[in-house]
Formats: sequence, C-alpha cells, structure tokens
Amino acid sequence: MPLRRTEARSATRRAGAAVLLPPVFDAWFRRRGWHLREHQAALLEKVSQGRSALLIAPTGAGKTLAGFLPSLTDLAGRPGVRGERSIHTLYISPLKALAADVERNLLVPVAEMRLPVRVETRTGDTSTSRKARQRHRPPDILLTTPEQVALLLSHGDAPRMLGGLRTVILDELHALAPTKRGDLLSLDLARLATLAPDARRIGLSATVARPSELRAYLSPQTRSEATLLADVVRAEGGARPEISILETEQPLPWAGHTTRYAAPDILAAIARHKLSLIFVNTRSQAELMFQELWRLNEKNLPIALHHGSLDAARRRKVEAAMAAGALRAVVATSTLDLGIDWGDVDLVINVGAPKGASRLIQRVGRANHRLDEASQAYLVPSNRFEVLECQAAMDAASAGDHDATSHRTGAIDVLAQHVWGTACAGPFDPDTLYDEVRTAAPYAHLAREKFDRVVEFVSTGGYALKVYERFARLRPTADGRLRLSHPRLAQQYRMNVGTIVEAPMIKVRLVGRGHGRRKPGAARLLIGGRVLGELEEYFIEQLSVGDTFAFAGNVLRFEGLLDTEAFVTRTVDPEPMVPSYEGGKFPLSTHLARRVRRMIADRRQWLALPEPVGEWLAIQSERSTVPDAEEVLVETFPRGSRHFLAVYPFEGRLAHQTLGMLLTRRLHRLGAKPVGFVANDYALAVWAREDMAALERAGTLDIGQLFAEDMLGDDLDAWLAESSLMKRTFRVNAVIAGLIERRHPGKVKSGRQVTISTDLIYDVLRKHDPRHILLEAAWADAATGLLDIGRLGDFLRRVKGHIRYTALDRVTPLAVPVLLEIGQELVYGGGIADDILREAADDLVREAMQRG
Amino acid sequence: MLGGGSRDAGKAALNLGVISSSLVKEGQGAGDSRTSPVGLSPAPLPSPQGGGESPQGRRGETAAISLCGAQLMADSSGALYWPAEAALLVADLHLEKGSSLASRGVMLPPYDTRETLARLAEAIGRFDPARVIALGDSFHDTDGTRRIAGDDLDCLRGLQKGRTWTWILGNHDPQISPIAGGTFQDMLTLGALTLRHEPAQAPARGEIAGHLHPTARLSHNGASIRRPCFVGNESRLVMPAFGAFTGGLNVLDAAFRPLFAGTDFTVWMLGDQALYCVPTRRLSAD
Repeated sequence: MPLRRTEARSATRRAGAAVLLPPVFDAWFRRRGWHLREHQAALLEKVSQGRSALLIAPTGAGKTLAGFLPSLTDLAGRPGVRGERSIHTLYISPLKALAADVERNLLVPVAEMRLPVRVETRTGDTSTSRKARQRHRPPDILLTTPEQVALLLSHGDAPRMLGGLRTVILDELHALAPTKRGDLLSLDLARLATLAPDARRIGLSATVARPSELRAYLSPQTRSEATLLADVVRAEGGARPEISILETEQPLPWAGHTTRYAAPDILAAIARHKLSLIFVNTRSQAELMFQELWRLNEKNLPIALHHGSLDAARRRKVEAAMAAGALRAVVATSTLDLGIDWGDVDLVINVGAPKGASRLIQRVGRANHRLDEASQAYLVPSNRFEVLECQAAMDAASAGDHDATSHRTGAIDVLAQHVWGTACAGPFDPDTLYDEVRTAAPYAHLAREKFDRVVEFVSTGGYALKVYERFARLRPTADGRLRLSHPRLAQQYRMNVGTIVEAPMIKVRLVGRGHGRRKPGAARLLIGGRVLGELEEYFIEQLSVGDTFAFAGNVLRFEGLLDTEAFVTRTVDPEPMVPSYEGGKFPLSTHLARRVRRMIADRRQWLALPEPVGEWLAIQSERSTVPDAEEVLVETFPRGSRHFLAVYPFEGRLAHQTLGMLLTRRLHRLGAKPVGFVANDYALAVWAREDMAALERAGTLDIGQLFAEDMLGDDLDAWLAESSLMKRTFRVNAVIAGLIERRHPGKVKSGRQVTISTDLIYDVLRKHDPRHILLEAAWADAATGLLDIGRLGDFLRRVKGHIRYTALDRVTPLAVPVLLEIGQELVYGGGIADDILREAADDLVREAMQRG
Repeated sequence: MLGGGSRDAGKAALNLGVISSSLVKEGQGAGDSRTSPVGLSPAPLPSPQGGGESPQGRRGETAAISLCGAQLMADSSGALYWPAEAALLVADLHLEKGSSLASRGVMLPPYDTRETLARLAEAIGRFDPARVIALGDSFHDTDGTRRIAGDDLDCLRGLQKGRTWTWILGNHDPQISPIAGGTFQDMLTLGALTLRHEPAQAPARGEIAGHLHPTARLSHNGASIRRPCFVGNESRLVMPAFGAFTGGLNVLDAAFRPLFAGTDFTVWMLGDQALYCVPTRRLSAD
C-alpha cells in the first residue's frame, strides 16, 4: 500500500499544511522522513471544513493515507471516550482483500502514534460472533464492502451504530461507481446521509475521463435541476509509463487469441526483470499462456498463475509468494488489476488486445509503485487487428486519454433489493424513501410512478394480475407506513443481498485415473480428490466425457458430473480443447475503436505500424477498399461453396454478435439462405448458400436497408423471444430483485424437478405480462450488457448513408482474421435447437438402417 | 380415426425393434418463419407476442409409440393420445405452482395456471378426446383449488364439458376438491395398461406414469439442449411434465435406473416443432 512509500522527493510542504496536521502527526511524519503532500493537505483541509471530495491520484501517490488522515486527526483530537459509541469512519472497498490489506497498513500509524483508535474489518469472512460484537461495541473505523454496508443498514439498530458517523471513504470509486454494486452503494449512502447528515464522503479514484460523474456520485443530490458535485483534489501525475509493443521472433499471426507465438519472447523478458506481471484478458488465455511458458521454461523460473476461478487458497499462496519475492512472473487476469501490491513488480506485459485505454493505464500502473519512476510495459498483440488496437491504446495512454463510461441510470432490480432491505430495518414511509432515494445520483431522475411499481414489485411481485395481495410481503401500518409481513422475509433478504450474480458454478475435482471409460451417470465409483477451482455450469454442460481442457495449470480430462462437482483426471493431451468460459471478456471500448478506425483511414499512420501490418492494409486498399473513419465497409465475396458478407463496424464482440443474429434473420427473409456467422471485436462475417452480391444486383437485397435502424424493432423483438443471452440477463435481474432465491454455494440442489428455471418465468412473463417491471429491467440491462444494443443502435445511426459496399470475387485481407475464427467460436442463428435434435434423430435412423 | 386437426400423425413409421417409433416428417421450418406481428420501437419495452398461441409454437407433430399392444401417439406438447380409447393423457400439470410459492414469499408470476390450461386446451382442441386423464400432481398442492382464479377455473370446467375427466391423485395432490370437477382415482386400468402417478418400483407390464418429469440433454458442437421427453421401453412409459413451471429430472439420473434396468430405454425429446427420437448414447447428464 502507498503507506509504505508515501515519501516523494518532489513533494512540497505547503504553508497551511503544518497548521492542519496535529503535532503528533507532524512528529510522526518527520520521524519517518516524510512530508505531507500537497493533495493530502488539500484533502485534509476540505474534509476538515466538512466538505466531501474526490481525490484523483495515480497509483503510488499515497492515496489511502490521504483518505484516512482526516479521520485519524479527528479521532486523535477527540475529547475522551464517550459512553455510547458509533462508528466514526466507514471505509468501503470493492475487494475484501483490499479491506484486509488497508487494515494491516492502517494499524502501523495507529500503533506508532498511540492513537486511541480501534480499527476492524467486516467482510463475508468475518465470523458471526465478531460481527455481533461489532454491532454491540462498534469500532471507530470499520473497513468493509458495499454488501456488508447493505446488511448493516438492514438491521433495526443501524441508527445507533451509524448515527455518529463522520466520514465515509470510498476506495477505487472509479471501478465501483459505474456498476450495479455502485448503484446499491449509492442507495446505502443515501440512507447513511439520513442517519448521519453531517458525514463527509471521500472518494479515492484513479484517473478517469469524466470526474464529474464521480463527483456527482459523492454528493447528495437535491431536487434542483443542476447536479451537485463534490469538490475534487488532484494529485500530481507521476512519470509517464514507457510502453512499447514487444518485438518477437515469430511473425504476427493472422488471427487467433492464444498469442502462443510470442511465448519465447515473453519468457526472455521475464528473465531480464525481477518480477513481471503478465496480464491476459480471459481465464482461458491465462491457462494457455501459463502452459506455454512452462513448456519453454528450461531455466525453471518460478512462474505462477492467478485468476478468479482458482481455489481461493491457491490464490492466497501465489499472492504470498509474490510478496515474499519468491516469484519471477505471474500470469493473471483482471483479478490483479485492482488495489493490492503483492511485490516489487518491475515489468507489466499485457498479452492480447488492451480493449480499453483506462484498463491499460491501470494495468501498467501495477509496475513500480513509485511516482517518480516510469513504469515499464510491453504490449503483445495476438493478431494483426490487435496491433492496431495496441497502437491506439499506446497513443491514448501517452496522451493520458481515458475511456469515458456512459452516464449511468440506477438499475431497477437494485432499487427493489434496497426497498426490501429498508423494510427489514423497520417500517418505512414510501414518500420519505422516495425522496431519500433521489438524493443518490444514479436515481436522481427516478419517476415516482416507477418507484411505486418497484415497491409494488417488492410487495406482491408487481403483476398486472393482482392476485397476490393476500400474500403481500409489505403491509401497511396504522400510520401509513409499510412493514414486512413476516420476520422470515428479513432472513430471506439477508441471504440474497448483493448484486454480484455469478453464473452457477461447478466445482472441479481432480480424481484418480482409471475410471475414464464409464458412461455418464456412472461417475459414482470415482474417488474424490482435491478441488482445483470452479467453472461456469454452462461450460461444463458443453463437455462430453473424454473432452480435455486446460484449467488450474493442468490439462484435464472430463470424467463426468456428480451433483455439483465435475470430476476430472490429469491427462497429457498436447492440444486441449480450450475452456471457452467467459470470465473477463471485455468488448473493445468505444474510445479505442474510434482511434482504430481513424488509424486505418489515415495512411500516414500506417508507417508507425509493424511492417506486415502496414502491408496487410496496403493490399486491402488495392484489392478492395479502406473505409473512412466514419464509414462502415461491407464486402461480399464467394469462397468455396459459400457466399460471404463481411462487415467491419469495430463496435466490440457483443454488439457484433447481436448484429450477426439480426442480419442473419433479415438475410433469411430475403432468401439469401444464411447458414451461420462469426464475430470478433472488429468485424463479423455471415455466410450463406445464395449469392448475396447477385441478390444485391437484382435489387432483392438493398445493403442500406439491410442495416436500417428498424432491425432493432421487429427483428430484435423476435430474436429476444428465444435468446439465451436475454434469458441470462433476466436471470440476473430476477436474483438481484429478489424474485427468486440465490443458489448458495455448498447447498446441494434438491433435485431439478423442484427448482424452477428463470427461463420458464421469462417465457411466461413475456407472454402474459410484457410490461412487467423486471422485463423492463432486463431490457435496460441487455441494452448495455450482453447484447450491447445501445452501442449497436449508435452504430446503425452513425453509418446511415455511410455504408461503403464492394462486391469482390475473392476473400480480402481485412476479412481473413474474422474468417479464421470460424470453427473457433461458432454462433448459431435461430431454430438451432430443432436442427440439432433432427440431426440426432437422423443419426438414429442411420444407426437403425445399418445392416450387420 | 384421428380427432381434431391432427396433421400427418402416425405415418411414415420406421420400425426400430421392440418399440415402433415413427419419425414423422419434419415440421418444414414452421418455427423459423416466426416473426413478430408488431413493430417495436427500440425503447424501452419488449412488445407482446401476438395472439394466444402457446409460446413454444408447438404444432402438434406426433410420434407413434406402441406399448403392450396399445398404439399411442406422443404429442410434441407433452400430451399422449390413445386413439383406441379416444383418451388424452397428461402428467404433472402442477397448477397453481406460482401462487403456492407466492404464499411462501417467493413472488413467481401468477400466470402458470392459465398458460398450462391454454396449452392443454390447444391439445384437446386438436385431438377432441372423449376422455382426459391427468396422471397426478395436477395441482401443486392441496390448496391449489382454493387459490385458483375464477376465470382459470371456468376455463378448466369448460374443457371438461362433454368428456370424461379423471384426476389420478399424486403426491402433491393426495386430495382434490370436487370444485375441480371430474372424478378422482388413485390409479386406473384402461385396456391393457395401468395408469398411475408414480411408476411402480416393481417390474411393470404396460404402465404409463408421470411424477419424474423426465428431461434429456443433448450436446452438439458446443451447444446444449435440455428438453422434456417421453422415456419408455417395451413395458412402461414415463410422460414429461406438462405444467408451465415444471422443471425436469435428467433421464440419466439414478431415479430412472430401477425402472428401465439401467439406460435401456428410448427417449422422445420435445422440440419446438416436433418430437425427436434421440439415440440414448447421444444423451448426457446434467
């Protein structure tokens, strides 16, 4: 943590700073040879005046100490111990590990200055007895997570515990605010402001594109038109990072995401540094890169693996080894993006496309946490398209140009959870709660009608058919407030609190060999070994017995499923079927996409690119065309027995998949007989049995019409009816809003015929109650989430009248990368279920008709 | 011999040994051309689907199943029609499951009963059976008849007009209020067959039952399909659950083993357009 190295030679002491700092602190700083930095003093000054503020500082700027100084000085100067204590400072972090880390670091100054301050953590790992003790005798500073705050507030004694609150510190606010967790936290902050109106809020954030959104988040909103903003304090920026594209022996591949070609060069770079962090985008890429590095690792450099699916104990081990200096490199996903320093990292290698400028800047910042020394980083593109993206991200990073997150409207399902939680603490007045909710920036513009529908949802499910009144979860009291109708409902709330809905996970257990040839369902004879980690249920569902995949640093063979565990054995298959589990797949940011489009359009910029990439674009411009930055290129060409239509929107994989689904439908109606499509972050290609160029010439197919914005109307609606992505979105809404109960880990499923699938609920709701508030919530989420409809809509509007169409006689250079993904990630159009069933049935016929 | 608007049922039979199964002509892409009748503006609500058709768009394709001499027609809705007895069989309707959970604080949509009854009405409309037999767990609990909405009850009573209606009692509905109409029985013998809720653990000779909610899973090229199914051998048949909110139990689950001596059975999965007889070796566990 920054506390360890708050010293900076460049820091200047302001005249007013010493006045702000009580003598005991001043002495402590001097003893350590430290100075109060400018931003630390500025924040201290503002907060002492009772103002809320956002501190924007790069990693290593002593952000955490700055955040705690106002509380520590306040607590140190507090006269005697009062009788009934309340929490003085709440520190809220997105990671429980971060809370624990901050505690360790905070205890140093507290002990050294002998401050009369009690610091404790409260996370999901805290024992119930400790939690009960904290409620009885609250600490001065409580370090916790957003979910724990919601839980604290759901108890009737919250006013006693939190009524004397003076400061709320929100760490990594840039990561938290634009999410559903951030929405929940904003509502809890609104509640805290009611309990303790004088409490100041301090937000700690990395550099962001639009600080005003975080400043609004920190400030209670009023009903006035203008958004109120908290103050802002900026720390001086550190040294510019040195980022370059890693030069490799092997030429750049055309497509693919394994980046295997660069492994020898990555290994060489590791050998040249003390400790390297190798960031990849997905857990499957992490597994692959780890395998590949160890295959080449003749010197046995200690290289470890770290990602979110691994067993927690295994991750802790890796972190400890990093801190102890026992490792030379760690291959990691976004699990190491945030917060904690586990060692003296002197090199960051980002493998694959950076996806966003901010993400890259954050990751690069993990190296060398000293402000005045430049961090060193390499980018390793996986294919030619990614070179463009790497270059664009480097340009953005050196310009300090961040990705803007779009303005966020608070989620409806989160509000429903909050209403329920509020009722758990005691009867509430809907008018008062409505006013309180609107002081939270994400909900500032919430209409009363929608609020009332949410309350109705919490009470009776909010159905058009009013038949559940007698089962209502909220009942009116004599004075017009609403109370929970049964104490059991409070328990139900507490079991389901939070906004993180993981895909259902299945434990992966390594078992002994020799049981592999059994039929599915006969796995009971396998003897259980250790658990390697967890994988998404739907990934496991795709596996057949005997399939191999890389996980937890091993190549494994799937042996079968028993209850909630997948049994696997070790295998030596050199070509594992790679897990396609989703964890950490980010679409290309809009900002970076724009930069990439401009780079392609501007020939002068090609010179800065590696030679094969420049050549590739040059041939493209000879053979087909290179579109302008504001155009979209559409190509048709035959290949083999198929006819292809390639589109290059650069809007990210999610929006492209949605576009692909919708284009396939349209082409089907136009008689083009589309067979399938494939999408990556930059492009998509549809292939069909009919010649689409001929259809275009005949006037049957109008390319402009094909991309008309109204595809987001009828076609989207028809597709949504059967889209598994939409159903997955709905499931998350249903869990967060409390329509169905969360599946708890370790709680064995009680037989599938008694559980009810949210898919069935979705179908029935769509048919009988299409205006139901949860469908509305699912639609809103899909627009920005898995379907990225919002971005697709922006794209369709942008390219209207700007479509550059060319009919060609063969495949073009630009199309090669996306076509090479065919077979790697196939996406099916509608009606696929019956096709698969029919195929299986035909298989049976063939089997039956075989003689002998 | 076939009632109602049944199409092409029972033809093109292909003998597959003990159980004769007919793989009926494919539904000619009936589901593919589904387009929404209503245009939708991009924001903010999904528009209703048209009409009162079943959301699955099942078109009543059937597969012929012969069980101890009885010629049966499995319907893609999950119902089973027995032409010789002019009887339509359905299993595990679980009516009022939504309100049952709502009474315990889980506010599931209250539309499952009308959805289930609409699907049932559609099947009855096609076969126009002289009698309907519900194989138990017709109501999710014994209070279901008290919670059922007036118009849903009217709908149910309307379906019963002009035919014999038999409720076989199940573990969820060991008793049913007379309000539900029809007659009640623990089990029923009809022709050579015994109809009951829970399959007998002892070897059966000509038994049709429900209770287990059989479901099968098929994986293919990374896509996985899980659907309700009929599962049977030469002496017994277990029907899929018909109710809108009913989950399913995989046929590879241990619960099915004693009934079929392992996995020696035939499975007919319910597709969107037709029924598909799928080879057992292609199935996978959940």
